[in-house]
Parts: sequence; C-alpha cells; structure tokens
Amino acid sequence: MIEIEGVTKLYKMGSETIHALLGVALKIHRNEYLAIMGPSGSGKSTLMNMLGCLDTPTAGRYEFNGKHVAAMSDDELAEIRNREIGFVFQTFNLLPRSTALSNVELPLIYAGFSAQDRRARAIEALENVGLGNRMTHKPNELSGGQRQRVAIARALVNRPSIILADEPTGNLDSRTGVEIMELFEQLYDQGNTIIVVTHEEDIARHARRIVRLRDGLIESDRPAD
Amino acid sequence: MKRIIYEINESFRIAFAQIRANKMRSVLTALGVIIGIVAVTLMGTAISGIDRGFQNSLAMLGDDVLYVQKWPWGPVEDWWNYQNRPIIRPESAERLNQIIEDTPGSLLEIAAPVVARGASVKAGENQVNGVAVFGTTGNYARMMSAEFKEGRLFNEAEAASGRQVCVLGFDVAEALFATTSPIDQMVLIRGQPFMVIGVLAKQGSFLGLFSFDSQAIMPLNAYRKYFGVHANSAQLRVKVRDKNRMDEAKEELIGAMRRVRGQLPGERDSFSINQQQAFREQLDPIKQGIALAGLFITGLSLFVGAIGIMNITFVSVKERTKEIGTRKALGARRRTILLQFLIEAVSICLIGGAVGLSLTFGLCLLLQATMPSLPVVFSFSLVIVSMVVAVVTGVVSGFAPAWGASRLDPVDALRYE
Ligand SMILES: Nc1ncnc2c1ncn2[C@@H]1O[C@H](COP(=O)(O)OP(=O)(O)O)[C@@H](O)[C@H]1O
Ligand SMILES: [Mg+2]
Repeated sequence: MIEIEGVTKLYKMGSETIHALLGVALKIHRNEYLAIMGPSGSGKSTLMNMLGCLDTPTAGRYEFNGKHVAAMSDDELAEIRNREIGFVFQTFNLLPRSTALSNVELPLIYAGFSAQDRRARAIEALENVGLGNRMTHKPNELSGGQRQRVAIARALVNRPSIILADEPTGNLDSRTGVEIMELFEQLYDQGNTIIVVTHEEDIARHARRIVRLRDGLIESDRPAD
Repeated sequence: MKRIIYEINESFRIAFAQIRANKMRSVLTALGVIIGIVAVTLMGTAISGIDRGFQNSLAMLGDDVLYVQKWPWGPVEDWWNYQNRPIIRPESAERLNQIIEDTPGSLLEIAAPVVARGASVKAGENQVNGVAVFGTTGNYARMMSAEFKEGRLFNEAEAASGRQVCVLGFDVAEALFATTSPIDQMVLIRGQPFMVIGVLAKQGSFLGLFSFDSQAIMPLNAYRKYFGVHANSAQLRVKVRDKNRMDEAKEELIGAMRRVRGQLPGERDSFSINQQQAFREQLDPIKQGIALAGLFITGLSLFVGAIGIMNITFVSVKERTKEIGTRKALGARRRTILLQFLIEAVSICLIGGAVGLSLTFGLCLLLQATMPSLPVVFSFSLVIVSMVVAVVTGVVSGFAPAWGASRLDPVDALRYE
C-alpha cells in the first residue's frame, strides 16, 4: 500500500543543513501494525509526516496506493490526507471550543458529507472508541485519555486506509497509555492499518513490526517478538 | 459544490464562536466599521432626504413655469448690476400676453404677474401673522400647482374689478376656522375685509424652511388698493406649453421680455428668467458637499477599521496556527483556510454594519420625532449598501492574513507552539 524508496529530507537552518532523513526505503502493506522507534531527533516525526502526506521529500520516491505523492500539489495532498489518512497527535490537537462530536465531524465537512451523515458517522466513531456518553463535552471537560480517544475517533471517522499516531501516549500517564494502546490493538483487529511512532519499548511491543531509526537511517526492520 | 457550502457554514459557525469568545476585542475592532457605516448611511439618508424634500418643494414651483424676476435664483458676484435693474412692473404681464398672442406658434401660453408681501390675517378672535399675501390675476389659475381643498380662485372679471376676495393656504384656514368652513366667511387682511372663496389643499414646506400653506392669494387690483407701493415690483410667471422644450421657450421669453422692456440690441438683459431647474443646479454642490464629507468620514473610519480588522485577523491566525495545522492534517485545503479567516473578518464587519445601521435607524427615528418637517428617508437600499460596504471591508482587510494562513506549511503549523 505504501512504498518509499531513497527518501531524503533536508532542513536548511541558515548556513547549516540538517539531514532529517537520509535515503529511507520502506514498504507497508494493508492491515499492518507498525511501530517506528528511535531516539529523539532520529527523524521519526519527519518520516511520519512524509508518510502522512503532510510533507514532501526533498528527494526519493513515494507511492501511496500506486499514486506518486512527491509530485502532488498542496490541494491534492489535502485530499489524500482527508480520505486516506487518520492522524493522532501527541498533543491531541482538538479544537478547544468545539464539542467532541463537532471535532469528530470535522474531516467529514472537508470530505463533503451532509450534516446528517456527518452526525451519524461521528456518533458511530465515538461509540467505537467508548465515548458514546461524552459526545457533547468540550475538550476541557474531558480527561487526557478521553481527549485522545476523541482524536482517535476523528482519525477513524472518514474510514482512512491508514492511521498514523505520533507519540500518542506521550502526554498520558502510563495506565491511560496502556488503555490507548489496547484501543489501537482493537482497531487493528477490526482490520485497520496502524503506524505508531514512539520511543518507549513498552508501547512498541504492541505492534507486529518494529522499524528502528537512527540519524535519519533505518537501523533495523523486523517483526516484534 | 456541496462541500464548499458545508465549509462556508462551518466557517460562519467557527467565526461566531470565535467572536463570542473574544467579545471585547471584536467590538473594539468593529468600532471603525460601525462609525463608517453610520457615516455612509447618514450621508445617504441626508442626500435622499434633501432630494425628496426638493422634489416635493420644486413640484410646487411648477416644472412648466418660467419666472421673470429682477434677481436670478442663486448667488451672483456682480450684484450691483442686478441692483440697478429697473423693477419689473405687473403691467408687463399684459404686454407680454399681447406679444405671446401675436406670435404664431408661440411656445409660451400665458403670463401672470405676482406681487407679494407678508401680512397678518384675522378672523374674529383668531389671527395668523407672517402670512405670505400674493396679488395676481385670474390667469394665475392656469399655472397653479396647488390643489384646492374647497372653493376656487377668483376669475378674470373678479380680478379685473378688484373684488375683495381671497384664497387661503391650508394652515391659515385651519388656524382661523377650526370648526366651520371658511368659504364665504370674512377675514381681515392687514385690517381690510376680504371674503374667502377658496382654500388650498395642504402642500407642505420648502425644505422645512418656509411653509407653502401659510399664504393668501387676492386679486392684484385689490392688493394695489391697500399695499400701493409694494404693488409696483412684481415677478412674472409664464406658463410654457411644452415642458420638454423649456430651453427654447426660455429663449422666446427673453426675446419677448426685451421687447416689453424696450431694450436695444447689444444691451444686457435687464431681467432674469428663473426656473426650478436653477434650484436643482444649486442643490448639486450641497449634495456633493455632503457626499464628499460623508465619503471622507466613511473612508477614513473604514480605513482605520480595516486596519484594525486586518490586525485582529493576523493575531487570530497567529493564535490558531496549530489549529490551522490540525485542520490541514485533517484535509482542509488552502481554499478552506482562506475562507475561514475571510469569513471571520467579514463576520466582524457584518456585525459592525448591523450595529451601525441600527444606530442610524435610531437616529433617523429620533430626528423624525423631534423635527417632523425634516424629510428623513431611511431606505432599504441603504441596508444593502452598508452590507455590501461591510462585506467588502471584511474581504479587503481579511485577505492578507487569510492568504498567509492558507499558505502555511502544515508541518510548520503543527510544530508551532
Ligand atoms: N521544520 C524543521 N526545521 C528544521 N529542522 C527540523 C525540522 N523538523 C525537524 N527538524 C530536525 O530534523 C531532525 C529530525 O527531527 P524529528 O523527525 O522531529 O525527530 P524525532 O521525531 O525522531 O524526535 C531533528 O534534528 C530536528 O531538529
Ligand atoms: Mg517527534
């Protein structure tokens, strides 16, 4: 489903050039559960943003479902992000003044669903993450774990091909973190494709395959034990 | 297509939530727009009020009547030239009518002299002061624009014999005869008895300055008897056959008047021909003045308002950079973000516009209540104009920050703290 090859990303900081990624090759298939690991600054987020079509590589090839992403315009990338990718962020990134339901409906607005369809789908997604009774709450009325569940419902609601989570438990206590990982487990069992970025071994252990990055290069890529 | 409607809907929802969350800031930002809208609508109201007032007032002057007078309507620089003109005598009207009659295919129909002065009118215990008393001939009936409430004007025979009859303006009749009909009643005009044979219908005032309803009309010959000296200086009113050929008629009248006055070729006219058109032309600079002042204030306050809104939108974009990143990650296109912030700016302007309109509306009601004679016109087109002005201001001022927001790199926006 995803195929990248020789992907390089450079950041120019004044006179300095930072090599965030140095020729990465990776293949990801449907219904995989993948963890990307590595120390801080190793390029995990950069790779994740690339896979999520938030960013385009400086050099290299990226095929998403057979489409060449590197050559796409901003709006085409927005379209792919909307239909094919569900993001889960470390800081949840919910809209503070909107209810859980409105937050989950957001991707559906950009996809052009009618108000009724949006509502129905958003309710379904929230129930799927166990928040059927918190739909009209605003983010500041929810616990961290609940907020992340809303974010996951939002990532799921447009039935994307893949869910990308960058340090989804980074802002949660370990017990809540485990709950969130159990939710991912459950989503994986439902047939979703999931990529989780983390630097915690405990978290990575939930995945079926672990890719380790170091200094912008893939150090290892093997099934989890 | 459906999608963009949902996006616009959502943008309005967000915009109003945003404004509600930042009430004080939004109100202060909208102030410039509020002032601008008040200025533009007040200006519009004033101009259309003046127009309306003039339309009404000018209708009473008659659009097919030329006025022969010593002075032109409107300002003159070489006033001494006019001051030295010989007076226009009422008898000139007869000469003029003779010439008109002798001219085949004349564009002029009939002339009537009008002399005037102020006087008090009394009936029993009641008295009205400062009534404009006119003396004229029976021909005046042919060029009167006022309607009769009851009765009639004196006829040619009555006028010629100088019978002491009169027609009263509406207000005069009201004041003197509250309960009975004034017809066939006697009134004292400057102490002389006159029988009322007609009452004019209500006409209103000339721009609220003086009333057409405070007048009395009597035969010129009767007027002469009592107001002797004043009866020598008249104006001549000349009815034109075809009001679409006013200019030609005016030329003909100038020629005829020169003959009446015995003027030599090459001599300057010793009279002026006035018509309501002259008033309109005089009005134009006033209207332009109001429009200019209004536009200046409007422009200035909208400019200040626009800068305020631009600034607040930049702040809003900055504050919500991370939100913009999130929205982009969820599939918002550039257009979506652009629309969102444009709509936010436009919403503030629309609220400002609505507040400004209400203020103007209230002001108009207040004016109407305190000064009913002022022709205040608050028209629906003002609502449209101010809404358009508000939207344009919003779009213009919101565009730069909204454009910037739409171009933000999603990754940079998401990393923004
Ligand atoms: N927008 C950027 N501008 C400059 N340098 C960046 C930017 N994004 C990432 N980097 C750099 O690229 C490297 C990889 O960053 P990142 O992918 O965020 O690492 P990780 O997520 O593994 O901690 C780091 O050295 C980081 O400083
Ligand atoms: Mg990172």
